[in-house]
Amino acid sequence: MNNQICWNYIITNEDFTRAGEASSDVKKKLRQMGVSPDVIRKVTIAMYEGEINMVIHAEGGVIDVEVSPDKVLMVLKDKGPGIADIEKAMTAGYSTANENIRSLGFGAGMGLPNMKKYSDEMKVETVIGEGTTVTMAINI
Amino acid sequence: MTIRDIKNLLSARILCGEDQLDREVNTACGADMMSDVLAFVKDQAVLLTGLCNPQVVRTAEMMDIICICFVRGKMPDDVMISLAEGKDIVLMSTDIKMFEACGTLYVKGLHGGGSN
Repeated sequence: MNNQICWNYIITNEDFTRAGEASSDVKKKLRQMGVSPDVIRKVTIAMYEGEINMVIHAEGGVIDVEVSPDKVLMVLKDKGPGIADIEKAMTAGYSTANENIRSLGFGAGMGLPNMKKYSDEMKVETVIGEGTTVTMAINI
Repeated sequence: MTIRDIKNLLSARILCGEDQLDREVNTACGADMMSDVLAFVKDQAVLLTGLCNPQVVRTAEMMDIICICFVRGKMPDDVMISLAEGKDIVLMSTDIKMFEACGTLYVKGLHGGGSN
């Protein structure tokens, strides 16, 4: 029996209204699978922050979600501008977001810190001008 | 405190979820920045906010927030209302300002209670 499930989402930045649809879908599917509410919350908050980041900083990207018996693995890949200073970006309150993004309720400098907080493991790989890949694992 | 109590205390108009007013609310948070809302897990919470876009409803969904109260007379559009209806989130709007709305609920016993 194949006990690993994979979902793939293409995130676009055409419509800010739709940002979060992928995270919402993952939440619904994990609930149907009977995953515990605590794990679902951690996965969906971490993924939602990542999804928002892709929309506001990177013009979209791709998210792969892999559910295995012991963990949920998420790989968020974008072709955005990359992160110049990861250490700073991981600091709560630091943000490069402009006023327009802040007026939408984001850009408080909590995105990456929140993603790290809710993940059991997180890795950020970034190349300036090429893009960023964030890998997050949450134990079940 | 129930959602109905909040509606009465803040003289708010219910915009959707009329059938869920007897649900119990245990905690509250007031914020215009959604990442601040996402930073702390809450229990059966109400979110008070002056921000009015669909990401407020999305944020509430991710946090299992059961009620959103828009302050300063902000009114969500039809897109937001139908999004909330599909997720069993109650939306209400009050003319009261953020600070006063939070204070009113706080003195009646509703606290922040955010935890990791």
